[in-house]
Amino acid sequence: MDLKKLKKHAECIWEIPQKGEMRVPGFIYADEKLVSEMDEKVFEQISNVACLPGIVRAAMAMPDAHWGYGFPIGGVAAFDPDAGGIISVGGVGYDISCGVRTMTTGMTKDEITPHVNRLIDRLFEVVPSGVGSEGKIRLTPEELDDVLVGGAKWAVERGYGIPEDLAHIEEDGMLSGADPSCVSDTAKKRQHRQVGTLGSGNHYLEIQYVDEIFHEPSASGLGLRTGDVLVAIHCGSRALGHQIGTDYLQILGQAAQKYRIPIRERELVCAPIRSPEGERYYKAMACGVNCALANRQVIGHLVREVFAEILPKATIRLLYDVSHNTCKVEEHEVDGKKKRLYVHRKGATRAFGPGRTELPPSIRDVGQPVFIGGTMGTHSYIMIGIEEGERLAWSSACHGAGRAMSRHAALKKWKGAKVVSDLAHRGIIVRTASYRGAAEEAPDAYKDVTEVVDATHRAGLARMVARVRPLACIKG
Amino acid sequence: MGQKIGLPFETFEHGADIGVRGRGKTLNEAFENAARAMFSLMVEDIGAIMPKKTVHVSCASYDREGLLTAWLNALLAEASISGILFRDFTCSIEDTSATGTATGEPFDPSRHQAGVEVKGATFTELRVFEEGGIWTAQCVVDV
Repeated sequence: MDLKKLKKHAECIWEIPQKGEMRVPGFIYADEKLVSEMDEKVFEQISNVACLPGIVRAAMAMPDAHWGYGFPIGGVAAFDPDAGGIISVGGVGYDISCGVRTMTTGMTKDEITPHVNRLIDRLFEVVPSGVGSEGKIRLTPEELDDVLVGGAKWAVERGYGIPEDLAHIEEDGMLSGADPSCVSDTAKKRQHRQVGTLGSGNHYLEIQYVDEIFHEPSASGLGLRTGDVLVAIHCGSRALGHQIGTDYLQILGQAAQKYRIPIRERELVCAPIRSPEGERYYKAMACGVNCALANRQVIGHLVREVFAEILPKATIRLLYDVSHNTCKVEEHEVDGKKKRLYVHRKGATRAFGPGRTELPPSIRDVGQPVFIGGTMGTHSYIMIGIEEGERLAWSSACHGAGRAMSRHAALKKWKGAKVVSDLAHRGIIVRTASYRGAAEEAPDAYKDVTEVVDATHRAGLARMVARVRPLACIKG
Repeated sequence: MGQKIGLPFETFEHGADIGVRGRGKTLNEAFENAARAMFSLMVEDIGAIMPKKTVHVSCASYDREGLLTAWLNALLAEASISGILFRDFTCSIEDTSATGTATGEPFDPSRHQAGVEVKGATFTELRVFEEGGIWTAQCVVDV
């Protein structure tokens, strides 16, 4: 991106000045290197978002921002329903509520190392992943509706997990307002064999350990120590979420015409929050969120079962579960007044600072954990929401490393089998159903996650707490 | 790349996901080949899929470009509902609706090396056009 078009406010804060039809400015949170490497499309997409009705304060991009569908990936924007604010499919994305769940095991790296091979092989057998995989759960259409309303709560009621898990999931495991009648039969049919499956692409299940702690008080507040072994699950709402996105692109496309909202990019179609179409999309999207929460809850339960079988002394505790592609109704301060805003986070993580009542009592004084997935060959990071993030970006942070190279280019450059064997030499065991997928997800195809996390920290969006390294990874 | 007939189906670069492109002497053929390009992502060798079962698909949209995403998304929905990977397609377009067939077989890990799961066709890089008697239909798919 051409830096000359931006106004620099601080080392990691850049403004896209308001001009033309923009109702607010744009803000990019990243250091000079990351901003200069961002594609021009991010500039264009953030500027487009800034033109949408009812947008409050600014359209924002996180340090890992790149070209997305309507919104950039790493895009954040809040809309005020009282000021004609809109809700947009592109602001949520296709994989609704794709996110990361991280669990502690109560084991150290040294204790687990002799068992890692068995654990990952068994997890690879038990957790369905990749093309054509199906879960063991078979649901009737009525039962699937219960999933869409109940989310992780539904899963716990069905015996997948324990009630204590729920407080450590955004929205306590269930986003209210979901209405399955707003979800098409096609979307539901696509999902009925997919509950509890990992999917493919950048989705993964990883056994990791904490290799460095940067902020001791936050780490101890989360119960993390160096050497602790964690399990991270990255997946979303699978085909159901995608079908909801596809269906509502058509519906909101027509609505945008009806309400005369100028659309600058096809995937930015939207409807007023207070319109029948906007309300229906929110209710359908909430179903997508709950589907993803149920998925991760079921997979988390499968992880618990495998550990119980192989390492009975392990205690799997849910640290936290974050979502990346959402629109959530949240209370934020605008011009000194509390307002309920519809906050879109597309490829961005909610990162509430300490004190928010949405956080469970056990970590309310610490802040919300944020998990930044790296690649299967590098690190991932644990961050924590801080107060400053509220003022900067409605308490939002980055979500991952972001791709540096297209899948196409990665596929030309690497062979999946070689990627897997190279990682094995480095002590990282990879299990995958797809060598193509392994090549596309090669560690060097991604930006340096450390740079992204560092910029997030320096911008004041969230605080670096710990770095984790993978021991073993299932790539979907 | 020149716009001679070129490859009937291929994939192309996109920052985070991947593009699919089909070409043909008719619009129908370009749509059929775009579908082939998309399903070629989901398995290492699309030729290893046997033509055992045929399903019927129909879709509609508000314009020709929208019809391409609708067509590809209808096929993806059919594939995930029926559990079949497709290899051969027929497509018949009238205005902004399409009807067609897709033929393939269920995924069999003993014979098929998995590719990546395609979640959906998007409006990004979406183009449907004719040049020099050759139709091209393309878009980015979300993987």
